[in-house]
Amino acid sequence: MGILDMIHVTKRFGGLIAVNDVTITVEPRTIHSIIGPNGAGKTTLFNCITGFYRADEGEIIFDGEPIQFLPPDEIARMGIARTYQNIRLFSNLSVLENVLVGMHSHLHSWFIEPILGLPSYKREEAEARKEAMRLLEFVELDDKAFFLSKNLPYGEQRRLEIARALALKPKVLLLDEPTAGMNPRETEETMALIRRLRDERGITIVLIEHDMKVVMNISDTISVLDYGQKIAEGTPLEIRTNPRVIEAYLGRGAAMGLSQAA
Amino acid sequence: MRGFPWRETIRTGLLGSVVALHLSLVGMVEAFSRREIVKDVVTLGQLLLLLVVLVAGYLAARKAAERNKAYAIIAGLIVGLIIGAVLAALALSIKPLHLRQVFTNASRGLVRVLLFDKKGMAGVLTLLAVMGGGGIAAGLLELLPNHVRRPLLYALIATLTLGLLRDIFAVILPRSISRFFYTSSGLTVKGAVVLAVAWTLYFAAAERWGQQVRGRLEALPPEKQKPLRLGAYAIALILLLVLPKLLGERGGYIFEVLDIVGIYIVMGLGLNIVVGFAGLLDLGYVAFFAIGAYTMAVLTTPELPAVRQYIPPMDFWEALPLALLASLLSGIILGVPVLKTRGDYLAIITLGFGEIIRLLVISDALKPILGGAQGITGVARPHLFGWTAKTPQDFFYFILVAIAIGFFISVRLKDSRLGRAWKAIREDEDVAIAMGIDHVATKLTAFATGATLAGLSGAIFSSKLFSIAPHSFNILISIYVLSLLIVGGIGSLPGVVVGAFALVGLPELLREFAEYRMLVYGAALVMMMIFRPQGLWPETLHAEEYARRKGTSTAKTATAGARE
Repeated sequence: MGILDMIHVTKRFGGLIAVNDVTITVEPRTIHSIIGPNGAGKTTLFNCITGFYRADEGEIIFDGEPIQFLPPDEIARMGIARTYQNIRLFSNLSVLENVLVGMHSHLHSWFIEPILGLPSYKREEAEARKEAMRLLEFVELDDKAFFLSKNLPYGEQRRLEIARALALKPKVLLLDEPTAGMNPRETEETMALIRRLRDERGITIVLIEHDMKVVMNISDTISVLDYGQKIAEGTPLEIRTNPRVIEAYLGRGAAMGLSQAA
Repeated sequence: MRGFPWRETIRTGLLGSVVALHLSLVGMVEAFSRREIVKDVVTLGQLLLLLVVLVAGYLAARKAAERNKAYAIIAGLIVGLIIGAVLAALALSIKPLHLRQVFTNASRGLVRVLLFDKKGMAGVLTLLAVMGGGGIAAGLLELLPNHVRRPLLYALIATLTLGLLRDIFAVILPRSISRFFYTSSGLTVKGAVVLAVAWTLYFAAAERWGQQVRGRLEALPPEKQKPLRLGAYAIALILLLVLPKLLGERGGYIFEVLDIVGIYIVMGLGLNIVVGFAGLLDLGYVAFFAIGAYTMAVLTTPELPAVRQYIPPMDFWEALPLALLASLLSGIILGVPVLKTRGDYLAIITLGFGEIIRLLVISDALKPILGGAQGITGVARPHLFGWTAKTPQDFFYFILVAIAIGFFISVRLKDSRLGRAWKAIREDEDVAIAMGIDHVATKLTAFATGATLAGLSGAIFSSKLFSIAPHSFNILISIYVLSLLIVGGIGSLPGVVVGAFALVGLPELLREFAEYRMLVYGAALVMMMIFRPQGLWPETLHAEEYARRKGTSTAKTATAGARE
């Protein structure tokens, strides 16, 4: 059993079966990519894991515990963080505040502590700020801590989203197309960052990605979805040569070959 | 005149005319003309029309100045003359066309105001001359460089405001000084001149050296800045505390107004937590104000035999915690059913809640307990060591304490874990939840905190009025409080104070406004949304960002202009 197991997960929207009987095991400390054509059900699967959708059938086991009936905030507190396909920062908060919000579940003060200004509260806040600055340093945004996050350029917003997710101290990090819209250099940097997350922080990464170059480069395991069903799973090498995958990607096959050639 | 923007100029003039006509025909001009700003020189009504000319003229002049500097003055003049001509046409046609039958405000008084108390042609010429002069002034204003224009404009505004607020300052100032500056209504001519010159000098100095002084203050090390800031706060606080004693009997009216403003500030601070911090649009906020007020009234009045037979009347301090508790609980009770709703739906539910409370209070069924339509009298007053608060000055202190509590809570929570959770929910609730924020507890805390502050405000309100009636708690209160937040800058604490003074204080002081309150509110809100959506005094972080972006955008247009 891995750190995150999806067992026969099915999610329907009316007549549409978005995720159909998918079983995926994510091993700890790996980068596990989920790929598939548009509308294959990848993001729906993410939403099922994080509790925003309730799976109609099947089980989701995180760290040995079933989580498919838990509310999303509780799942987050257990250690699953995510980023979004279309960046969703708290745009009118500062960069630092965004990260501090991510640390919410590791802090304890509520109403009365800040009002009384208790020393324990002040200490907690000071440490949280320090920790947040360290995270910003990690993604190289510490010099922009007091900018409004909506005023950051695109690539930095992506990195901030990752920093915010890291603030949760997640065991599993779900990244939804982290390199979308990036230029080759930014993509390169993001890949390095993702590797460092696994190697330095021991975080398990589940990655949705369309850029095959990225996927083939950094994944330990790849699962392929098509029309909500898992059609293949294996190492990058296995997936590259799998006839069913090539079939599903037929339209993109040429592009895939080209990007590999390049 | 080649290239003169005839079309734009005429269009702006006609638009200004429409505004001027509107202001005249709804009766504002005539009503306001009863208040003199400078004795025998200018009334508020005339000022209103001049303001229209100035704004319209300035807009036209700015457009025209792009072609040729000299055109600015011509454009201003044309706009002024168009507006003057339209107003003259109105003044002359009221009688022959029997306009009074359609527009009740098209009265002889309006004609007199429009024609400057002169008859026929003389009046028309005066009107045209004044309006044309205003237009030329607007054109000149456009031609002035920034560092000259700004002090002049500010000085003009400051002087006129002082004239407008005669009722306050004539009372506050010692008799001898007051006699120099003020007459029985408005400024004296010499007073106005002295003030205008003084203000111009002040603003010119601020323009010249303000930046340097501020820069030098900011360059000071933080440990030197702190005592300076604390000193400024201390002086302000001492002034506030001493003011009621200083003014004595004379200050009754002023403190009546200040008390009302203060009650709205406390409510505003509460609603700011709900709407400004947590982003939960609450249109029924008056309900909590009512619950605080009614709990205080019901528990302390000697009336209401149905209640008195079980509980003897309490005093203010016994009832206050219960009033706060009642509003806190009602905040949670409202909060629970609306947890899942967002945006517009939330607004509609809270709107309903506000109405439910009002209808309960006014209902005959609950009359034995809540007093029905007549309300309740004999509400207890706060007392301290044998001294009982009676006058507006006395209540001023209590309201000041309530404001301080509201401020303190807001400041402390704003950047705490809870405050960040509120703001995160305001920005994107789904993501906030995905960050592990318990949205149930977070939202309920916001509702409860906001409701408690409204309850505090209501309890003081009912005690101050000595009696309360349901009509004091209608939906408009919710709208006023929300409007003052928007005008001040949503989420901003100083903004609450600024908004309360602008939207509650000014209309109280300017009785002429009372009738046009909603009109002015509406216009002010529309203007705010177009020209200053961030509010008069926006939250600091926002303010810095706005300034920064504005800086870069003007820099960009400047370089773009240079390239052309």
